[in-house]
Amino acid sequence: MNAPLIALDRVEKRFGAFTALHGVSAEIREGEFFSLLGPSGCGKTTLLRCIAGFEQPTGGEIRIDGGSMEGVPANRRPTNMVFQSYAIFPHLDVAQNVGYGLRRLGLKREEAARRVEEALAMVDLAGYGARPSGKLSGGQRQRVALARALVMRPRVLLLDEPLSALDKKLREQMQAELRRLQRAVGITFILVTHDQEEALIMSDRIAVMFDGRIAQVADSETLYRRPVSRRVAAFIGVMNFLEARVSAASGSGIEAEIEGLGRVALRAEQAPGGAAGALSAGVRPELLSLLWPGESAERTAEGVVEDVVYYGYMTDFAVRLDGMARPLTVSMRNAAGRRAPAKGERVRVGWSTESVVLLA
Amino acid sequence: MSAAGRSMGLRGYALLYLLFLYAPVILLPLFAFNDSAIIAFPLSGFTTAAFTQLWETPALHAAVWNSLKVGVAAALISTALGICAARAATRSRFPGKRPIMGLIMAPLVLPEIIIAVALLIVLVQLGMPLSLWTVALGHVLICTPFAVAILSSAFLALDQSLEEASLDLGETRVGTFFRVTLPLVAPGIVASLLISFTLSLDEFIIAFFLTGSDATLPVYIWSQLRFTAKLPSVMALGFLLLLFSLLLLIAAEWFRRRARRGAGDEGWI
Ligand SMILES: Nc1ncnc2c1ncn2[C@@H]1O[C@H](COP(=O)(O)OP(=O)(O)O)[C@@H](O)[C@H]1O
Ligand SMILES: [Mg+2]
Repeated sequence: MNAPLIALDRVEKRFGAFTALHGVSAEIREGEFFSLLGPSGCGKTTLLRCIAGFEQPTGGEIRIDGGSMEGVPANRRPTNMVFQSYAIFPHLDVAQNVGYGLRRLGLKREEAARRVEEALAMVDLAGYGARPSGKLSGGQRQRVALARALVMRPRVLLLDEPLSALDKKLREQMQAELRRLQRAVGITFILVTHDQEEALIMSDRIAVMFDGRIAQVADSETLYRRPVSRRVAAFIGVMNFLEARVSAASGSGIEAEIEGLGRVALRAEQAPGGAAGALSAGVRPELLSLLWPGESAERTAEGVVEDVVYYGYMTDFAVRLDGMARPLTVSMRNAAGRRAPAKGERVRVGWSTESVVLLA
Repeated sequence: MSAAGRSMGLRGYALLYLLFLYAPVILLPLFAFNDSAIIAFPLSGFTTAAFTQLWETPALHAAVWNSLKVGVAAALISTALGICAARAATRSRFPGKRPIMGLIMAPLVLPEIIIAVALLIVLVQLGMPLSLWTVALGHVLICTPFAVAILSSAFLALDQSLEEASLDLGETRVGTFFRVTLPLVAPGIVASLLISFTLSLDEFIIAFFLTGSDATLPVYIWSQLRFTAKLPSVMALGFLLLLFSLLLLIAAEWFRRRARRGAGDEGWI
């Protein structure tokens, strides 16, 4: 395993009496699509601005390529940023915006022009060079900001909620495009977002942040299947929480008693935050299923349908298992020829011990 | 009193107020074109003789030239100072910022005669000869607060992430100032230049106290008021000065509005 491209070493940032970052540590690898995910106000932008050099950490260290960034101003860091507001220069046209940073590289005029054209083509804006920047749509401004940063061939591209200003359709299209672009240029991307779905779709790895701390760093699947805490689990997708009591835990396995589901034997990795303090069990709604007569599952439980929410491609059932106070959500794909149980019907719920995760 | 009555009363008050404010100004062109040396009704006839007379007075030309020199110097210096002060006021935090900004803005409310006398005493103590330069110095003092106010709002309207984007793209702080900040606050700078120039052009008290042998235009006008025969030409001169100042102020206002709306991320054109 080669050395990380960016090392965040107990980075702390205070604004007066308020601490925005409490000693954040993480390592970001070369060529990785890394996301900082967390609710608004958790310090994502502050961390990104520390990496870019717009904020000076009040403690800890940031290293890029092994070199400390302390005292290195933003204009001498191998990073480029796509701002949340895009920050397109209003007095320059598209080509002048994209070529802005090339001027200091001392390139020949033709070489600079060629690189600008190349960058514009990369973001599907070939031929837009002479347009005044005031006349661009939101999506186009976003692409110009992207081209302007990529043309610099940075070691790291920093993106602060680059898609949040776009409407849903355009956002989904740009998510795929950004991902494709990142693979094509091979540059390390650090994306800030508060949208968990966006982070899951696009990232190689995600750091989940709350209140100025990183709660978990993992790839999308691990984050979704094995969150380390109840808070992470609740932030990523939908999770059913059930009361749980660990009766025995050893290096190889855990035994627990789960409300409504009964006794289960779990593997150690099913308590990613440790079994010792685990007080609840989490099960994703799509990992529960409603069983037809004759169908079977590894484990089953019985209950009553209390509510049905139809989404088109799937349906959510609120099922209260026998002996439980609150209903669970069960998500089922809508398949042809299957009648959905109605409110008040008794149903069997199938599940597997593999889908359970123990959480503190 | 009914609401309608109150509104009528207010309207009458406003009308009287405007009349009081501007009637004397309307008299300027009336008597400038009047065919008589006596400033009184009824008007006797139309003539442009007063304007022709202005054209043939060398002392007046010298005064105009002096005023232009002082105005340009005051406008350039106070706008340059204003750029620095406005940038510091809107972009940095430093100890004592509030009192310092307060002192810079103070000449806005100080009586001009006090500034003039105080400056005169200081200059005499320093042994500096009175000249157009000392007048310009005094004018810089009263123009700078206006320049700071206009430029501050231009800097405030400038999206800070534009300057950060420039730094991020490898440009230095100085380069960023010239390539991003300055072009985007340019309308504010033009507005500040025009307003400062106009203020200096019309200013009398400081010019009167601090000038040596070279009179500026307002000082020249004042000196001519002693001669009854010259009154029509003074009227004509006042009228021209009024027109010119108005034009400058309208242009300044146009640029100022443009600075406030244009420096953001949207809709420069
Ligand atoms: N310049 C600043 N001065 C004071 N507080 C700040 C400053 N910048 C950010 N903060 C505070 O730091 C916290 C984290 O902000 P930010 O990094 O912008 O959050 P996020 O991008 O995750 O929404 C917020 O509570 C914010 O109010
Ligand atoms: Mg943010």
